Amino acid sequence: MIPAAFEYARAGSVDEAVSLLGSDEDAKLLAGGHSLIPLMRLRFARPSLLVDIGRLDDLRYVRDGGERIAIGALTRHAQLVRDPLLAQHCALIAEAAAGIGDAQVRHRGTIGGSIAHGDPASDLATIVLTLDAELVARGPDGERTIPAAEFFAGMFETALARQEVLTEIRVPKVAAGVYLKVERRAQDWATVGVAAARVDGHVQVGLTSMGPTPLRARSVEEAVAGGASPADAAAHTADGTMPPSDVNGSGEYRAHLAQVLVQRALEQL
Amino acid sequence: MTRIALTVNGASCEADVEPRQLLAYFLRDTLGLTGTNVGCDTTSCGACTVLLDGESVKSCTVFAVQADDCAVTTVEGIADGDELHPVQQAFHEQHALQCGYCTPGFLMATISLLKENPDPSEDEIRHALEGNLCRCTGYHNIVLAVQAAARAGA
Repeated sequence: MIPAAFEYARAGSVDEAVSLLGSDEDAKLLAGGHSLIPLMRLRFARPSLLVDIGRLDDLRYVRDGGERIAIGALTRHAQLVRDPLLAQHCALIAEAAAGIGDAQVRHRGTIGGSIAHGDPASDLATIVLTLDAELVARGPDGERTIPAAEFFAGMFETALARQEVLTEIRVPKVAAGVYLKVERRAQDWATVGVAAARVDGHVQVGLTSMGPTPLRARSVEEAVAGGASPADAAAHTADGTMPPSDVNGSGEYRAHLAQVLVQRALEQL
Repeated sequence: MTRIALTVNGASCEADVEPRQLLAYFLRDTLGLTGTNVGCDTTSCGACTVLLDGESVKSCTVFAVQADDCAVTTVEGIADGDELHPVQQAFHEQHALQCGYCTPGFLMATISLLKENPDPSEDEIRHALEGNLCRCTGYHNIVLAVQAAARAGA
C-alpha cells in the first residue's frame, strides 16, 4: 500500500515547522508517524506537504517542573516506559505507554503525536484528560497553554489551530494512578480503557473509546467524592458516554466493560 | 525527489527517493536487500523489522526520508562473514522457524530486545515480541531461541 504523493520538508526548529505549516493548507506534521503513516497508506489521509518534526530532539525530555512534570511532545513511548521521574510521580503514564502497540511502535511513536492525533482510542489522550494536564502549543502568535479539558474537540479533532505545534505536556504529580484496558488481541487499540488517579486529594477518572473523544467520568468522580463504594460509583460509568459499536464490540458491551474496569481501577487506587 | 544519505549495514549510501517511499521498499527495491520481508503492510506483523540507529522499527511504517543520516541494519548485516550472528545461531539450533518468512523480523526484534534487556524473563520475551507474528511455529521454539541467545550473550 503506497501513500499518495506529497512534498516533504524537515523542520529544524518549532518555529520553522510553524512557518512551513503556513505555506500549505493541507500540510500535516510528521512526528513518529505511527498514527499518520498507517492512515496515509490507506489513503484516509492525503496531506500535500509533510512537515517532519521528528528530528527536534530538544522536544524529547521529561523534567521536574515543581508541581508538575513537563514532558516534551516528541518523547517516544519507549522513553516514557523507562523514565525514572514518571515512575516516581506519574507511573500510570509509563505503565500505559508500555501497553501501546508493540516494541517497534514504542520505539517510534511519540506522546505528542498520540495526543495531537485526537484518536478517541488513544490511551495517553485519556490519561492527560484525566489528569487535567496542560498542553503547550506554539503557533505564529507565540505560545499558549491549553487545558486538556478544552483540547479534544471531536473525533480526530483537537483545539490545535492549523499552524500550531504541540510542544509540551504538563501533568501533575499524582499520589496514585492506574490505567486499565481491554484489547481483543496483542497490539490492538483499546476496546475500552480506564484511567483513574488521585490528584490533590480528588479521584479523577477518564475513559478511552467510550465516545468520539476521550471522556471524563464526572458522575463517577462525584459519587466517589460523596463516599460511594467502588462498585456503587462505577455504576455511573456510562453516564453521558456514547460508546461506539464496531468490530471490537457493541456499545452495550463497551459500557459493561467500562463499568467493570472503573470498579477495578477504583479498588486499586 | 529528495536526496538521502544513510548507512546501511555499515556501508554509506546515497539515493534520490520519492518522499512517499517506505523504508521497506527502499531497502528491497532500491538496494536489493530482499531479506527484509513485507508481510501485512499495516504495522502489525513485524516481518519488515529492521534496526534504525540500533532500535527495532517496522520499516513499512517509516519513510525512507526519515532514515536520512541514520544507520539501518537489516538481516543481511548481522552475520560476521560466514559466521552467523548468535541470535541467528540460536534460531537455527532451536528450530525457531518453519517457513522462515517472519524470521528476519524476529531476528532483528530479538537483537533489539537483548540490547535493551540482556536477560529477559520468558514473560518479557513474549511481551517484547508481541509485534512479530509467526503463523507456523506457535512461538514456543522462538522463545527458547531468544533464551538461548541471551545465555550465549548475544
